[in-house]
Amino acid sequence: MQLTLEFGGGLELLCASVKIHNVDVSPNNEVDKLTMKDLLVWVRANLIKERPEMFMKDDSVRPGVLVLVNDCDWELSGQLDTPLEEKDVVVFISTLHGG
Amino acid sequence: MKIEFSAFSHAVIHTEAYIGQPKVKSAAAACRLINSTIQIVEHQEALRTSNALEILSQYDIIVDATDNAPSRYMISDCCVVLGKPLVSGAALGLEGQLTVYNHNRGPCYRCLFPTPPPTTACQRCADSGVLGVVPGIICCLQALEAIKIASAVGEPLSERMLLFDALSARIRIVKIRGRSLQCEVCGENSAFTKQQFKDFDYEKFTQSPLSAAPLMLNLLPEDQRIHSRELKERIVKGEAHVLVDVRPAHHFKIVSLPNAMNIPLSSLESRLAEISSALKEEEKRKLSGFESGASLYVICRRGNDSQRAVQLLHKVGFTSARDIIGGLEAWARDVDPNIPTY
Repeated sequence: MQLTLEFGGGLELLCASVKIHNVDVSPNNEVDKLTMKDLLVWVRANLIKERPEMFMKDDSVRPGVLVLVNDCDWELSGQLDTPLEEKDVVVFISTLHGG
Repeated sequence: MKIEFSAFSHAVIHTEAYIGQPKVKSAAAACRLINSTIQIVEHQEALRTSNALEILSQYDIIVDATDNAPSRYMISDCCVVLGKPLVSGAALGLEGQLTVYNHNRGPCYRCLFPTPPPTTACQRCADSGVLGVVPGIICCLQALEAIKIASAVGEPLSERMLLFDALSARIRIVKIRGRSLQCEVCGENSAFTKQQFKDFDYEKFTQSPLSAAPLMLNLLPEDQRIHSRELKERIVKGEAHVLVDVRPAHHFKIVSLPNAMNIPLSSLESRLAEISSALKEEEKRKLSGFESGASLYVICRRGNDSQRAVQLLHKVGFTSARDIIGGLEAWARDVDPNIPTY
């Protein structure tokens, strides 16, 4: 499944400073749909190059990270259970405090 | 808070003429220059839970342009307690974020971020840098949202967030969650009172200070540390040593001490072999036989990461490692004023 993943607000530093990743992720088996939960595991294993604890805590993202699926907060689509479709855009953004 | 040189890059409101003066004075003067008929009230004091209710209650709309996580939680909670809309903007590096909290039953800051992020994720402009135009743009957009709310026109940026990426020249507006029923401050069953607000310890909650003063850690025993002046004397005497600079590579490119080798703290553990071989080289080059070995010194910007690095180095057997107290800033102050600080 082709997905576009974007990292911002400093999270890109965890993946070699690359902000946009066009990736191909397959579900665990033919029947199940890929969910955000699966994607997080995949991202952690394949894209995060350093300090994984700055990206994830337990099986979700760490506090202070907003997750957007097609420009919409994942809280509105089921969080970890959000199903993903071909060509979805998933954004991980760390909240900024500076001013 | 006084204006320092670095604050310039930082906002469109402060000018060179006001260096050393309080930011409040400078900002008020700039506003009066543009429009002398507006009424400006200056509050030249740090915002704390002890005075926030009294100050914020005098206004209808609050604009948050602060620089740290505890202030952001404190201001948002205060706005919830007082029932005021909050126009919240943030900027760091080349990115900005903007949204409106606690407006028309929309979410508050805690609905979005119920748990504070780890302190290592809370970078501040003073530490990580910011391109002045970026907060300038975010500030102007904050002013716009404040005007819209004040005049009840248009669609305020509530339940939406604007994400600005200067480098790729992109603005993205995303939909964010509404008010959380479970929110500890604004939720259905929460009863966050004025008294609870006054008693709440925001520094403890976020594990970071409300004040702008940079963190000064003290992790090491005295014999694992050295003052910059003493190191300078040792270098002049020709002491065999290796100097490791543990700042990120882009900091190292701005300025570095002669002969320092750059191994950022994040990759130190995997690059220990480079330190071992540098020490061996130095010993071959300089030692005459009766000395005990080359010394290992570690420097960073302010002397915090260098202590973390020395802790790690001691743990893996580099028992001669010492950190330079106060880092490059101390070196620039006490040894070489020509070293630029940033």
